Amino acid sequence: MQQTMTQSAAPKASPEQITAAFYDLNEHDHPEGGSTMLGFWIYLMSDCLIFAMLFAAYGVLGGNFAAGPGPKDLFDLPLVALNTAMLLFSSITYGFAMLAMEKNKVGQTQLWLLVTAVFGAAFLSIELYEFAHLIHEGATPMRSGFLTAFFSLVGTHGLHVTFGLVWLFTLVVQIGTKGLIPANKRRLMCLSLFWHFLDVIWIGVFTFVYLMGML
Amino acid sequence: MSAARDHAHPNPGAEAHSTQAEHGGSHGSMRDYLIGFFLSAILTAIPFWLVMTGAIADKQATALVIMAFAIVQIVVHMIYFLHMNTKAENGWTVMALIFTIIIVVIALSGSLWVMYHLNHNMMPMTSHEMGQLP
Repeated sequence: MQQTMTQSAAPKASPEQITAAFYDLNEHDHPEGGSTMLGFWIYLMSDCLIFAMLFAAYGVLGGNFAAGPGPKDLFDLPLVALNTAMLLFSSITYGFAMLAMEKNKVGQTQLWLLVTAVFGAAFLSIELYEFAHLIHEGATPMRSGFLTAFFSLVGTHGLHVTFGLVWLFTLVVQIGTKGLIPANKRRLMCLSLFWHFLDVIWIGVFTFVYLMGML
Repeated sequence: MSAARDHAHPNPGAEAHSTQAEHGGSHGSMRDYLIGFFLSAILTAIPFWLVMTGAIADKQATALVIMAFAIVQIVVHMIYFLHMNTKAENGWTVMALIFTIIIVVIALSGSLWVMYHLNHNMMPMTSHEMGQLP
């Protein structure tokens, strides 16, 4: 009883002190775009979850051929190897663009970005050729569960590459008009993450879909 | 990786909100990109070669080997192209990555495991098996 009395008699903290204990009152400076890179990384992680679900769907449905064609009837490994090489080349040329950006060389950055775009476009063309070939042979997404899952997974990746290309061309123009200002550098770094991330996803695609399908 | 260390701020607490260039973490050097590229090329070529020539007779062994190559290559890309390190953004990028990996592993292994058993238990039965049902 006595103890509780002494406790309640202790001097109370002022409202300001209580506020200061719970809230950060020293608002420090948040530069524009300061959290963009982390935010973009978190976006990529959520994109990773989308691909994980598509991989899971392929893992579950990949064996449902519905008496239709299977991977061994459809896939052409040399073509996939060529496609993989295109994406890998585009990754390193994007790296060169980033190095040129660090040296503040506008023309060189644009040049490497355009080389990256060429490899990216080659990748997409090969993929579209493959899809057209499959559909021509009657292996449409509607044919079997395996083909539905295959077109969803590889198609979503291709769609990402397409939007990456649109973004890339936009940045080439933006660098041309505004130069390598901090905002443009930030955008280039985001696209760098995006582009290399798509290459990482492709490693999963060629391993689990193409190579393991041909085993 | 040397560039990565140069870019890491010496005093993360005081400079938590620093300039643009530092925020993106590192961009790597020419050496990083070339090492990453050659490693990736080798790590891509070997699995393709294994599958195309059938160098390992056992299919299951081949599958395990190419999966191992894929995982190594993903790590190579993370380090040399995406310039992941534990210091970028005070470790939050790595945190987000670990969280994502946990979710991906649960979702993938869970889906495959559940659906495999579902398929297994709902396997079409022959008339002989039908007759043996209790």
